[in-house]
Amino acid sequence: MGTPAAQGSKTANQPPILELQHITKRFPGVVANDDVSLDFRPGEIHAILGENGAGKTTLMNIIYGLYHPDEGQVFMEGRPLNLEGPHAAIAHGIGMVHQHFMLIPVLTVAENIVLGSEPPGFRFDIRRAAAEVKKISEAYHLEIDPWAKVGDLTVGLQQRVEILKAFYRRARVLILDEPTAVLTPSEIEDLFQIMARLKADGIAIAFISHKLDEVMQVADRITIMRRGRVVRTLLPTETNPQELANLMVGREVVLQVKKSPYRPGPVLVDVQNLVVADEHNYPRVNGVSFQIRRGEILGLAGVDGNGQRELIEAIVGLRPVRSGKVLFAGRDITGLSPRQVSRAGISYIPQDRQGDGLVLNFTVAENLILKDYNGPQIARRGRIDFRRVRERAQRLVGQYGVAPPNPSLLAGNLSGGNQQKVILAREMGLAPEFLIAAQPTRGLDVGAIEYIHKRLLELRDQGKAILLFSLELEEILSLSDEIAVIYKGQIMDIVPGDKATREGLGLLMLGARKSA
Amino acid sequence: MSGLLAIFGNMQLWASTLSLSVPLVLPALGGTFSERTGVVNIAMEGIMLIGAFFAVFFSSLTMNPWVGLLGAVVAGGIMAVIFAWAAIRLRSDQVIIGMAVNIFASGLTAYLLNTIFGFGGTPVNTPMLPHLNWPWLGRIPVLGPLLNDQSILVYITLLLVVAGHFFLFHTRLGLRMRAVGENPEAADTAGINVYRIRYLGVLISGFLSALAGAYLSIGVLNSFEVDMTNGRGYIALAAMIFGRWTPFGSFGAALLFGFASALSMPLQSSVAAKNLVQMLPYVVTILALIGVGGKSVAPAADGVPYEAEK
Ligand SMILES: Nc1ncnc2c1ncn2[C@@H]1O[C@H](COP(=O)(O)OP(=O)(O)O)[C@@H](O)[C@H]1O
Ligand SMILES: [Mg+2]
Repeated sequence: MGTPAAQGSKTANQPPILELQHITKRFPGVVANDDVSLDFRPGEIHAILGENGAGKTTLMNIIYGLYHPDEGQVFMEGRPLNLEGPHAAIAHGIGMVHQHFMLIPVLTVAENIVLGSEPPGFRFDIRRAAAEVKKISEAYHLEIDPWAKVGDLTVGLQQRVEILKAFYRRARVLILDEPTAVLTPSEIEDLFQIMARLKADGIAIAFISHKLDEVMQVADRITIMRRGRVVRTLLPTETNPQELANLMVGREVVLQVKKSPYRPGPVLVDVQNLVVADEHNYPRVNGVSFQIRRGEILGLAGVDGNGQRELIEAIVGLRPVRSGKVLFAGRDITGLSPRQVSRAGISYIPQDRQGDGLVLNFTVAENLILKDYNGPQIARRGRIDFRRVRERAQRLVGQYGVAPPNPSLLAGNLSGGNQQKVILAREMGLAPEFLIAAQPTRGLDVGAIEYIHKRLLELRDQGKAILLFSLELEEILSLSDEIAVIYKGQIMDIVPGDKATREGLGLLMLGARKSA
Repeated sequence: MSGLLAIFGNMQLWASTLSLSVPLVLPALGGTFSERTGVVNIAMEGIMLIGAFFAVFFSSLTMNPWVGLLGAVVAGGIMAVIFAWAAIRLRSDQVIIGMAVNIFASGLTAYLLNTIFGFGGTPVNTPMLPHLNWPWLGRIPVLGPLLNDQSILVYITLLLVVAGHFFLFHTRLGLRMRAVGENPEAADTAGINVYRIRYLGVLISGFLSALAGAYLSIGVLNSFEVDMTNGRGYIALAAMIFGRWTPFGSFGAALLFGFASALSMPLQSSVAAKNLVQMLPYVVTILALIGVGGKSVAPAADGVPYEAEK
C-alpha cells in the first residue's frame, strides 16, 4: 500500500543508536525477558511483535529506566547507559508512549507536556510553556491546542500529547507500546503518517504491536518475541503474516477461520423499533430493528460510539428501553432485569471485561459462579456449596484452557486473554440459546482470538443465535452470516456476510445510504 | 428581631469569626497541600496538639513566644515526617496511621503536661505572641474593627493563604505536587521523584497544623490544656473538602465554620437551649459536607500509596 511508512528508509544502514545486549529480567515466577539482544537505528521503524505476556512492555520499561535488568546492558551510541530512572532515560534522548497513557486529565495539554521539564524558574511560566508546546507541535506537524484540558481530548489526541511529551524532551528514540490498541481505524492511519514523518526526521522508532497486518505495513524490521525470548528478527519483504503468526504463537495458527455453511433456523431474536437513551437522556438508539435466527451470527458493524453499547445494554436489561420491543423465542423480554434476561437463556460477554465482566478481586472460581451462585447447581438451602464451586471451576478451567489452570487465583492476576476465557466459560456454562458478544477479542493476541472465534462458531453450529459487536471489520467479515451496520443509532443496512466487502461496509459505517 | 440585628450588626461577631477561623484555616490549607500530593493527612489533629503543647513549653522555658512558635513548628514537623514515612515509604493505610498519630499525640501531650508542669498546669506567666494594634487601622470603617487588634498569627495566616494559592497554582513545584496527587505513575515517568514531592506535601501540612496549634495555646491563650484542639483538625479536613482542595476555597469554608462558632457564642446567652447552640459549628460542617456530596473533586490518587516498580 502507498503509506509513506512503507517506503524504504534512507538512513536504515546507519549504526544503531540504541542497543540492548543480553537483557534478562525476572519477576517472581516468570522470566519476562530472557537474554534479549536488539538494536534500534535512526530513521528506522523496528517492530517488536509478540503475544500478550511475551515481555515486550517489560523490555521497553527497561530501556526507559522504569525497571532494572537483572543481567545485560543497554548502550546508547555505543556507550553503556546507567538507567537508574526515567529521568536518566529522558536525559539520554529516550521517549516512551506507554500502553496505558501517562497523562493527567485535569491538567492542560501544555502542563502535561512540560511536566517534569518545565521552563526554568521558581514560577511556572504557563505562557512560555504553551508557546514552546506550540512550537514543537508545529515543527513535528502534530497540531494541538496547548490550552485544552487533556481529559476533554479524544484518545487519538491524547496519544499525540504523549508523543509531543517525548519530543519536548528532545527524544531521538521513540518507544510506542501498542499505540494502535486504543485507536479507531482512521486514527491509526494518522499515526502511521506521523511515524513516517518522524522516521524521515531520523528518529529511531520502536513500534510494539501484536497485530500482524500493521506490522507488515509499517515496519522496516520485525523482531518476534515469545515467552521473553527473541525468536527471530526479519525484514517484512522476506516474510508473510502467516509465518509471523506461527513464530509468535509457536505453532501453526489458523488465521482464516473455517466456517461451515450457513444453515439458518427459525427466528429466535426479534428486535422491533428499539429506542434507547444514554445517561444524559440523549437518544443513542433510534428505532433499531433486526432479527437473528438460530444457527446465525449477526455481526454488528459500525464506528465506535454509534449506539452499539446502548443497544446491547438495553437488550440484556442493563439500560431502560424507551420504546420498542425485544422478543426472544416469541416472548417479550423488554424491560426484564439482567438476572431475568440471563435466566431466560441469554448470555452476555461485556465489552469492558475488567469493569463489567469480572470482579478482579475475586478468584476465578468465584467469578465462575457470579450468575448462578444462588441456583440449584451451586447453592443448597441458601448456602453456597464450595465443593461444587471447586468442582465446576476445575472442570471449566480445564475445558476452556485457562492458564495458569488454578481456580483460586484472583481474576485480576490473569492475562487479558485468560480473563476473557473465564468470562466465556461462565457464560457458555449457562447453556445459552442466545449469546451477545461485545468486542470479545479486543486487545487479545492471535492465539486467544483464534480460540474465541472457534468457540463462537461452535455455538452457532449447535443452532444457537449470536449477536457479535466488534469494531474490527475483519472479525465481523470472517465470522458473520449477516452483517448489520449501525450509524447514529440506526441500522443503515443488513447485508449477507458472504456478499459484504470492506469498502461497502466502510461506506455504510460512515452513514452513506446504499444507492441501489 | 432587634436581638438578631444586635448580634449580626456587632463587629465583635465578625472579628471573632476571623480569629476563630485561624485554627481551621491553617490546617485546611495544610491538608490541601498534603492531599494535592496524594496523602490524606488525618494526623493534622494530633500534630496541632503537639504544636500547641511545645509552643507553651518553649515559650515558658525561654520566656520568648517566638522560640515557642519555632519549637511548635519543629515538633510538628518531626511528627509529620514520622507520619509521612509510614504513609509514603511503608505504604501503610493513611487513615489508620493518622488515627494512631492522633491517639499518640493526645496521650503524649497529656503525659508531658503532667510530668513537666504538674498539677497546676502550664505557668501563668507564659508569654503570648503579640496582638497588633494600629490606631490608624482601627479607624477604617468595617475593616478596621475586623482586622485590628488580632494576634500576629491572624495576619500571617492571611498571607499564607495567598502565598499558598500562588505556590500551588503558579510555581513549578506546585504543578508537580498537583501532578503527583492526580497520577503518580505519570509524574514518575516524567522524571519526578514522587516520594520527595509527597514528603514535601505532608511536611507543609505538618508545619501549618503546628502553627495552628501554637495559635491556640500562645496566640489566643497562654496555656495548654489536654486535647485542647477539640477536633479542629477534622473540621479543617471538612473545610478543605468543602473548599474543593484549593487554598482560597479552604479559607472560605473555614471562615464559614468559624462564623458558626462565633455565632454560637452570643446565641448561647440569648437562647435557652445552650447545648444545642453549641452544636452549631458541627451541624454546619455536616450540612456542608452533605451539600458537597457527589460533586467532590478530590485529587485522583488521594490516599493511594505509590510504589515504583523496580
Ligand atoms: N511488575 C510485574 N511483576 C510481576 N510480573 C510481571 C510484571 N510485569 C510484567 N510481568 C510478567 O512478565 C511477563 C511479560 O509481561 P509484559 O512485558 O507486560 O508482556 P507484553 O507487553 O509482551 O504483553 C508476563 O508474564 C507478566 O505477567
Ligand atoms: Mg504490553
